[in-house]
Amino acid sequence: MSTDTSDSPETADGSEAKSPIDAVDAPEDVTAAELAAEVEELREELAELQAAVGDDQKSMVIVSTKGTLDMAYPPLILASTAAAFGWDVTVFHTFWGLDILHEEKSKNLKLSAVGNPSMPMPNAIASLPGMDSMATKMMNKRIADNGTATIEELIEVSLDQGVDLQACQMTIDLMDYDENDFHDGVTTGVGAATALQRMADADVQLLV
Amino acid sequence: MSTEYTVTETLDVKGESCPMPVVKTKGAIDGLSDDEVLEVIATDSGSMSDIAGWAEATSGVELLDQQDEGDVFKHYVRKTQ
Repeated sequence: MSTDTSDSPETADGSEAKSPIDAVDAPEDVTAAELAAEVEELREELAELQAAVGDDQKSMVIVSTKGTLDMAYPPLILASTAAAFGWDVTVFHTFWGLDILHEEKSKNLKLSAVGNPSMPMPNAIASLPGMDSMATKMMNKRIADNGTATIEELIEVSLDQGVDLQACQMTIDLMDYDENDFHDGVTTGVGAATALQRMADADVQLLV
Repeated sequence: MSTEYTVTETLDVKGESCPMPVVKTKGAIDGLSDDEVLEVIATDSGSMSDIAGWAEATSGVELLDQQDEGDVFKHYVRKTQ
């Protein structure tokens, strides 16, 4: 241990210690004008950083995995409303969630009568042929009577407002769908990495 | 919450329910110029809370007034900036 540490900044001797500023970059002959210029430059940089951090543009990513009528609504209602808030919104549709974006299937999304405790019938009856269609008809009538938007309308307003409706490429292939089966404006050719990348930057992430 | 204002345009969303009153309000506000006021007439009782929440969280709009007339709910929103 023969190393001489007497003029290192870490020295215990206060009078010899350099301030952290000296250690970085500040020759002793710097003038007041130069310092003022440097302070001004730093202030500008700080203002730029604050502007970037203070950007209150919020964003949301929803992963939509279910294709029944009742499960199609929440993602689209939240997406269209968030877009009205001025948020940057992505809905990533995968597995049965793809049916929501499918031009034909989205018009005929079904409600399942079985396994739904809110249905006014026991499962033994709900599982009979035709019960899903009946439950779906009843729900569609309620939707119309209540003035609730249809799935088609929600897709349309979402796309109009710039919501990015994405269809997962792997499940398009898996379900044997064609990219042209989907509504105009739907993004295809995307996968889990795209969804994750957006989720990492988003303020709100939801799985439906 | 009553201020002096002149209504520029009226949006009728009677019979429509969540999320349409908010979504259409946003669309109509986008079509106005600064300081113009939009009147929204809705029958959705949820619109009282929803339009107030939307206006609070959205920049460039100011909620001037809301009126609960029992069967109809009126909202007055000014475009700012």
